[in-house]
Amino acid sequence: MFNPLQNTNRRISPSVLFLVAVTFLLPASSGMAEYADVVLNRHAEAEGVRPVIYPHWFHRIRFRCKVCHHELGFEMKVGANDITMAAILDGKFCGMCHNEETAWGLEHCHRCHSGLPGLKTGIRGGDKAGGPGDY
Amino acid sequence: MRTVTIPFLFAVTLLAVTLCVTPSQTQAAAAGVGADAKATEASQPPPVATPEQAATKAKGANTFNRLMKPKSERNPAQAADGIHDPDNPGTPQLQPPKEAFSSLATSNAGNYINWVQSLKTNAVSPRYDRLDPNAEALILDLDIVREVKGSMPDVVYPHDRHTAWLDCSNCHPDIFIPEKGKNTISMAQILMGQKCGVCHGKVAFPVSECRLCHSKPKATAAKPK
Ligand code: HEC
Ligand code: HEC
Ligand code: HEC
Ligand code: HEC
Ligand code: HEC
Ligand code: HEC
Repeated sequence: MFNPLQNTNRRISPSVLFLVAVTFLLPASSGMAEYADVVLNRHAEAEGVRPVIYPHWFHRIRFRCKVCHHELGFEMKVGANDITMAAILDGKFCGMCHNEETAWGLEHCHRCHSGLPGLKTGIRGGDKAGGPGDY
Repeated sequence: MRTVTIPFLFAVTLLAVTLCVTPSQTQAAAAGVGADAKATEASQPPPVATPEQAATKAKGANTFNRLMKPKSERNPAQAADGIHDPDNPGTPQLQPPKEAFSSLATSNAGNYINWVQSLKTNAVSPRYDRLDPNAEALILDLDIVREVKGSMPDVVYPHDRHTAWLDCSNCHPDIFIPEKGKNTISMAQILMGQKCGVCHGKVAFPVSECRLCHSKPKATAAKPK
């Protein structure tokens, strides 16, 4: 795929930068979902349940990033964690906390499986940087 | 999905806005229908927009902040955010962002929360350990200044405000080699979701907030030759 942003040398012209910035900044104003809501729909809809919406902003009010992305081992890249319902029931991923102790348990399917049909996995809400977190 | 929904939502919004800002026209149209029907009973002249109505209409179309999202539309409740299913029985149980954010320090972008300030003033007190509410963060107080070519102020990368939230291993060595000058960083990479853009623009304050990163004015700036 042609990528206009590759091979930009350090003296990137202001007009290019401006165009790039505008391209990413403009669509943001029509985004509605909360900034940093994560849609997880790699398996859910195919298996007949609503896509999962993970409210990232809600969780960071209660835990530092370090807890999930270091202690609990979540990769900081949407889609890079192979989260399945079986793994959650085994106490992995969301199941490390949604266990009736740290937070409410897994019988409340509808609190997680709350998305509209057809959503694609990815971070939502006026994301102003392109692509998945890339490193 | 996004490419389909956004133009569609935009069209709907535009339609809604058009209907709202031109009440005189819609009223005139409705009255017009009535007038047609009653034409045989009374021979009244067809309704014409008064000068005031015309003025309102012109103002309605040519407003200030046309391309800016009104504050009232920020942080919508789940049922209206375009991704949650309003018919899902769990949706009304979720906490609306406005309620969660009501006591936090505000900012101008992202989710309109100043997370640095909110943490500093204990408006939020996120756990540093999954179970132990009293675990203290290990904070490294080390600023890294990155000189920027051209007129933009230099970038100051503050370790303290990052290690208040993150572990060293979240950045080192996968995103940044922990050695000053060993990393090339550019705005283009950041906008593509690399380097600082792994978090900024996704979960932390977005790239539109130039000044927060470009915070050190050039010593030699604006010196005449
Ligand atoms: C704490 C949040 C949470 C709760 C509660 C929850 N799920 Fe899930 N579920 C997930 C996540 C995350 C996925 C993976 C989503 C994806 O990528 O498609 C998932 C995936 C699934 C899948 C897809 C197939 C698979 O095995 O991964 C099914 C089916 C499913 N869940 C059913 C349920 C049912 C039924 C309940 C209630 C008894 C439930 N879930 C409760 C988070 C949850
Ligand atoms: C309660 C757990 C939790 C906390 C706390 C948390 N995250 Fe996350 N984060 C997640 C999950 C879950 C995902 C989605 C992973 C996936 O899709 O596989 C994610 C995704 C991400 C991504 C990937 C975004 C993308 O578009 O690829 C980044 C970057 C990130 N988090 C950074 C942070 C930062 C910075 C903080 C602290 C301010 C933080 N996280 C706090 C659980 C958490
Ligand atoms: C580090 C622990 C932790 C992890 C990991 C975690 N959660 Fe949570 N979650 C919580 C806590 C604590 C709450 C708040 C519980 C309460 O209100 O009692 C919560 C609440 C929620 C809510 C409800 C938010 C609201 O509006 O009330 C949803 C939805 C949710 N989590 C989904 C998920 C999903 C999906 C995952 C996995 C991708 C996940 N969580 C992983 C701790 C966690
Ligand atoms: C949010 C990302 C992030 C986190 C978290 C982080 N660092 Fe860094 N660190 C950086 C960046 C960016 C640089 C600058 C690299 C450069 O200039 O090329 C850096 C540079 C360094 C350097 C080199 C300083 C020098 O003068 O050469 C050291 C040492 C370092 N970090 C240690 C740490 C330690 C220890 C922690 C945890 C307490 C930590 N970092 C956490 C992003 C981070
Ligand atoms: C691993 C995720 C991550 C990376 C990578 C990262 N940041 Fe941050 N940064 C954060 C978080 C989280 C905050 C807290 C504020 C927020 O969430 O909006 C923050 C805050 C800051 C602040 C403080 C703003 C203030 O209000 O005082 C500055 C400045 C900053 N980042 C610059 C940078 C720069 C420059 C880079 C790249 C060299 C970078 N960050 C890379 C996550 C990250
Ligand atoms: C998250 C932090 C961050 C934000 C926000 C940010 N920048 Fe940057 N910017 C950087 C870093 C880091 C560099 C690279 C500095 C270096 O050369 O080491 C940079 C470099 C630049 C350069 C030099 C050319 C290049 O691409 O490397 C320009 C021009 C620039 N930024 C403009 C802007 C403008 C305009 C904005 C606001 C729309 C902005 N920046 C917002 C971190 C940021």
